[in-house]
Amino acid sequence: MNFEGVPGLVEAKEAYGETTVVVDAPRLVEAALYLRAALGFDFLSDVAAADYFGWAGKGISGYIATPGGRDLNKPSTQGFQRLPRPKSRRFSVSYHLLAVRSGAPRVRLQVWVNDGEAVPSVVSVWPTADWHEREAWDLFGIRFEGHPNPRRILMEDDWEGHPLRKDYPLGGEPVRFSGEE
Amino acid sequence: MAVAPERPRIYEGSRIPAPIPSILQVPEELRVSEDVLTVNFGPNHPSTHGVLRLVVDLHGEQVVGLEAVIGYLHTGFEKNMEQKTWWKAITYPERIDYVSFQYNELVFVLAIEKLLGIEVPRRATWMRMLLCELTRIHSHLVWLGTAALELGAISMFWYCFRERDRVLDLFELVTGARMHTRYFQAGGLAEDVPPGFFDECAKFVELMPKAIDDYEAMIDRSQIWLERTQGLGLLSAQDAIALGQSGPVLRASGVDWDLRREQPYLAYDQVDFRVPVYQDGDVYSRYRVRMEEMRESVRIVDQALRRMPGGPWITDDRKVVLPPREELHTSMESLIHHFKIVTEGYRVPEGEVYVTVESPRGELGCYVVSDGGPKPWRVKFRAPSFVALEATATCMTDARVADLIAIVGSLDTVMGEVDR
Repeated sequence: MNFEGVPGLVEAKEAYGETTVVVDAPRLVEAALYLRAALGFDFLSDVAAADYFGWAGKGISGYIATPGGRDLNKPSTQGFQRLPRPKSRRFSVSYHLLAVRSGAPRVRLQVWVNDGEAVPSVVSVWPTADWHEREAWDLFGIRFEGHPNPRRILMEDDWEGHPLRKDYPLGGEPVRFSGEE
Repeated sequence: MAVAPERPRIYEGSRIPAPIPSILQVPEELRVSEDVLTVNFGPNHPSTHGVLRLVVDLHGEQVVGLEAVIGYLHTGFEKNMEQKTWWKAITYPERIDYVSFQYNELVFVLAIEKLLGIEVPRRATWMRMLLCELTRIHSHLVWLGTAALELGAISMFWYCFRERDRVLDLFELVTGARMHTRYFQAGGLAEDVPPGFFDECAKFVELMPKAIDDYEAMIDRSQIWLERTQGLGLLSAQDAIALGQSGPVLRASGVDWDLRREQPYLAYDQVDFRVPVYQDGDVYSRYRVRMEEMRESVRIVDQALRRMPGGPWITDDRKVVLPPREELHTSMESLIHHFKIVTEGYRVPEGEVYVTVESPRGELGCYVVSDGGPKPWRVKFRAPSFVALEATATCMTDARVADLIAIVGSLDTVMGEVDR
């Protein structure tokens, strides 16, 4: 499938047999409409955000030394330290699309944003994005511009912080002991 | 009967409410009339299958507004998995959906295997398929028993749980645990299939179709069941796709779509099965789809039993798979490998993958990001129950309060999976 016509295309890459189409965040809705109308991706399977804070902060050494990892057991490739390839911005939001037709083609539409930058909402393109985007806001603090109901969904309404961020510690909730005021 | 006024729609001909697709808003003229009663359904209610809160606005018996509030079971599985090594994290996904545990385990293990690029022996692949289909039967039995119970067919519950117990006995026989089996490893299975399992499973395959006949005899001709399920909770094919619905809900809306057939994984391209599709998009269609899926699952289990390949059950890649226990006493290398995998874990190449399987509830996806280290950087599950609940507002459009339970029940949501 040809993704060169996607509006705002930054790059289209192939890895592990999956296609990732990275687009400019401000032109996401255009790209989404193009993918749905021109290429037939009518089914939004998932919206997955990820936080890359601290990514490549320390080297990874061990058995696997090649990006593909295909020569897992090749002796000369083991034990070298290497760094993961750095990312352009802190957060990625991946829209996993599926076309409901034979062959079940899939594509990952991806945008990258920094903390505080907004991503345009795609609820008008795929209504199912409603809750997915609320979840990404709740757990990562990524703002979705134009979302009709931008509230928290899993955490309480008055929760502070966004728990799936990398700088939010596990067990970050303070514990109160009896006898403590 | 009060007729609700026209509502704004998300697009022409759709029943999805606008502007918020997951919330049914009370129309302005009803809201100002003050003839609307707001009722909190849940969070603790026996028929919510967990902890679901529905804020329902009633105008007489007519539901005119509805909002689903979730998050009461949020336990942070995804955050926890980022702190565990890959092979320890396998324990977590099963507990997300506690009714179809094997599928969550499978989808995560498949994602690891995709990143590692390792081959899985044929015996493991077929065994995974067999156990997953047993899980599908298990999940549909739990759904059928509880959904019928909620509509007053109490005896169905006992019959369904009788067979469910047999499935759990089989799991116990093969994995040592009745639920949350943790039997799938990256690379294959944790242990070989114990002797006697295939015979017991064959007995179950013989018994199950008769049990399904019993269920159908009990409720399929019951006038009460038919009246309480037919023509309710309508969802058109177009709306179902727009709302990301999958699995039995999508197939009951007339979309002939099953990932087992469309993008075959495991050994589904080598077995013969049928995909049931119904056109009405109501509660009854969803019930029929699940009943027929159980029969098809029994057929797949039967074929898997007859054609189960022999040979190794786990790959022989010592960088990923624990060495056989007996080797630890004689081989220094094996001891080192064992020690490294248990303490440090194996490393998974850098990259991101999205793997999907057809779980009893629909398209179950797993998005995994690895930075090349021994722990996952990010794990995200596409929970079919989460997406199914988004359709509540659409299905409840123009419904009455008495049908609420039948409709929400027919979406077959498991709240553990919704909230994760």
